Amino acid sequence: MTKITLGKAINAGLRAAMEKDPKVVVMGEDIGKLGGVFRVTEGLQKDFGEDRVIDTPLAESGIIGTAVGLALRGYRPVCEIQFDGFVFPAYDQIINQVAKMHYRSMGKITMPIVIRIPYGGGIGAVEHHSESPETLFAHVPGLKVISCGDPVDAYWMIQQAITSDDPIVFFEPKRRYHEKAELDESVPPMPLHKAKVLREGTDATLLCYGPMVKTCLQAAEAAVEDGRNLEVIDLRTIAPFDLATIFASVKKTRRAVVVHEAPYSFGPGSEIAARVTEECFYHLEAPVLRITGYDTPYPPSRMEDDYLPDLDRVLDGVDKVMGY
Amino acid sequence: MSESVPGPAPEVFAPHKAPVSPPQASEEVEFVQLLTPEGERVEHPDYTFDLDDETIKGFYRDMVLVRRIDTEATALQRQGELGLWASLLGQEAAQIGSGRALNKKDMVFPTYREHGVAFCQGVNPLNLLGLFRGVDQGAWDPKDNNFHLYTIVIGAQTLHATGYAMGQQRDHAIGDAENGEATIAYFGDGASSQGDVNEAFIWASVFNAPVVFFCQNNQWAISEPIDRQTRIPLYQRAAGFGFPGVRVDGNDVLATYAVTQQALKRAREGSGPTLIEAYTYRMGAHTTSDDPTKYRLNEDLEHWKLKDPIERVHAYLSRHAAVDHDFFDEVEAEGNKIAAELRAGCLALPDPVLTDFFQNVYVEETPQLAEQRDQFIAYAASFEGEG
Ligand SMILES: Cc1ncc(C[n+]2csc(CCOP(=O)(O)OP(=O)(O)O)c2C)c(N)n1
Ligand SMILES: [Mg+2]
Repeated sequence: MTKITLGKAINAGLRAAMEKDPKVVVMGEDIGKLGGVFRVTEGLQKDFGEDRVIDTPLAESGIIGTAVGLALRGYRPVCEIQFDGFVFPAYDQIINQVAKMHYRSMGKITMPIVIRIPYGGGIGAVEHHSESPETLFAHVPGLKVISCGDPVDAYWMIQQAITSDDPIVFFEPKRRYHEKAELDESVPPMPLHKAKVLREGTDATLLCYGPMVKTCLQAAEAAVEDGRNLEVIDLRTIAPFDLATIFASVKKTRRAVVVHEAPYSFGPGSEIAARVTEECFYHLEAPVLRITGYDTPYPPSRMEDDYLPDLDRVLDGVDKVMGY
Repeated sequence: MSESVPGPAPEVFAPHKAPVSPPQASEEVEFVQLLTPEGERVEHPDYTFDLDDETIKGFYRDMVLVRRIDTEATALQRQGELGLWASLLGQEAAQIGSGRALNKKDMVFPTYREHGVAFCQGVNPLNLLGLFRGVDQGAWDPKDNNFHLYTIVIGAQTLHATGYAMGQQRDHAIGDAENGEATIAYFGDGASSQGDVNEAFIWASVFNAPVVFFCQNNQWAISEPIDRQTRIPLYQRAAGFGFPGVRVDGNDVLATYAVTQQALKRAREGSGPTLIEAYTYRMGAHTTSDDPTKYRLNEDLEHWKLKDPIERVHAYLSRHAAVDHDFFDEVEAEGNKIAAELRAGCLALPDPVLTDFFQNVYVEETPQLAEQRDQFIAYAASFEGEG
C-alpha cells in the first residue's frame, strides 16, 4: 500500500467521482492546465476534457452563479475557490441562492454543489490567503460545512460531498496538503456527518477539525508526559455538528477544549460550548474553553505563529480545564 | 484602431473550441504606437508625444530603476527574505508611461503589481516590501503620495477609485484640464471579468466620474490566457458602458504617456471616464510561487522579448538623441545603488510583534479585544527566560 498526500487524496477523490458520474463537473480559476495553485486538480482536465474541468473567467460570483444553473440542469458542480479570502465575491450567490433554493422551492429543487475552499494559515502567505471563514457559512441555514483533517478523510469526504444532494462547503486545510497517510480503499468510509474519535482518553476532550487535528494529536502525545490522558475528536463536520459523539466524549472526560484557527468570538467553538453546557451541565468539571485565533484580522505572516493555536496554547488550555 | 467584433459563436456547443478573436502574441495588433520596438518614432493621427529627449531620458532612467528594484525583490524572495513577490517585468513602460502622466493632485488605486507607478509617485520601494515580507499589510499612508494601498482582492479597487473620483467631483476639484484632479485605477486583464470592475464602469459612466481605468493586459491571469476572459479586445468593452476606450502599445512608454495624459485631461476637465487597455506581456511568472512552464510556451516569451519596453528606448536614445554612453552607465550604477540600499533596508526591517497588531482593529478599542490582548501579553511573558 502506498502513502498519499492530502492534496493528492482529494485529487483521487475527484477523479473517482468524475468516473462514477458523468454529471460531475469541476470548475474554478487556474484548475485546468495548471492543476490549481495547489495542484489539487492536476491532470483532471487532460483526462476528462475541458467540458468537465472548466477554467473559468476570473469571477467568483460567476463560478457559483453558473454552478447554480448547471445544477438546475442536472449537473453536479464542484467549484474551487482559489483561496479562503476570495470567496466573498461569491457570497451573495452562496447565501441568497445556493443555500435557499431547496427551501423556497418547497423541496422541488436541489443544489448538489460542492464549494471547495483551501483555508487556514501557517504557510507564510500575504493577506487574504490564510483565513478561516467557516463560521460565515456554518451560520447559514441550508448550507452544510465540513473539513477534512487527514488524507483518508480527504479522499472519501470529497466523494461523499459530491453525492450529497445538499450544497456543501468543503474546507481543505491548505497547510496539511502535503501530509501523508496510507489509503486502503477496501476499508469503507464513515458516514459523512460523523465525528471521529482519533484518540481515546479520560482526562479531557480536545475537539478540533481541519488543520488543528494534527496539532491536537501532537498536544495529546505531549500531555502524556504530564500524566494526562487526552481524548482527541476530529469533528469533520461543522454544520451540522455530530453532537452525539461530542456529548458522549465530554460526559466521559468531563472537560472539553475546542481548538480552531478561526477567531474566538462567534466561532464554531462558541456553538459547541453552548451545546455542551446545555446537554452535559451536570457532568462538567470545568467550563468549555476555546483555543483559537484572536479577534483581529489575520496578521502579517511574520506573526502567524503567535496568532495560530499551537501545541503550547492547546496544552495551556488543557492546564486551565484541569485546574478547575 | 477598430477591430471587428465576432458574430455569435459558431454552430455547436463547444465554446473552448470556437475561434477566439483576441489577437495572439504572434499576430499584428492594432494600437496606438509612437515608438517601434526597433526604436523608431512613428506618427499617430490622434496622439502625439511632443516632449524633448530629456524627458525620454527620464523615462528610460525610471524604467531601468524599477526593473532593477524588481530584480532585487525577486532575488530577496529567492533567498527567503520575502514570502512572495509579484514581478512587473515587461510592464515597465505601461507603468512609467502612465505614472509620469499623473499630476501631483491625481490619485492612484493600484493592484499588487504597480511597483513602477509607486516609484513615480515617490513611494519608498522599501514600503512595498513590507507586505511581501510579512511584516505589515502595506502600512504607508496613501495621502503622503496619493497612492492607495495595494489591493490583492481582484478588481475591488476599481470601485474605490470610482468613489474617490465621485468625491473629487463633489469637491468641485474638476473642470480644468491642467489644474483639476483625476483618479486612475489599475487592474489586469483577468480582473476585467469581475463584477466589481463592471460595476465600476457603470458607476463611472452614469456619474461621469473623473476616473481613468488603466488595464494592463499582460495576456495572462495566472495560468489563464486572455481568451478565457474576453472575445473582443478589452478596450472595446468601454463602448458598451458609454465612454471611450483605447488600446495602446503598453511596451511603448511614449504612447502610453500620451494616451494616459489625454485620458487624464478628459477626466480633469469633467468629460468623464476612459478605459485604456495597455497591451503588454507578463515576462515573468505570475508571482514567485508560480511555474509558468506548466501552461505557456517559451516561444511566446521569446517573441515578446523582441518588444522589450526598455530596449526600444535605449535604441532610440543611442541612435537619435545626443546621448553619450556615460548616461547609460550612470543609470545602471544608480540602479545598483538603489538595489543595495533596498536590500539593506529589507534585512533591517524590524520583526513585528503581535501585541502591536491588536491595535487598529477598531478606532475605539472594544473591552473584549483589550482583554484578549492582555491575555496574550501575559501568555507570551510566561515563556520569557525559557530557552
Ligand atoms: C477575488 C480574487 N480572486 C482570485 C484571486 C487570486 N488571484 C490573484 S492574481 C490572479 C490573476 C489576476 O490576473 P490579472 O487581473 O490579469 O492581473 P495580473 O496578475 O496579470 O497582473 C488571481 C486569480 C484574487 N487575488 N482575488
Ligand atoms: Mg494579467
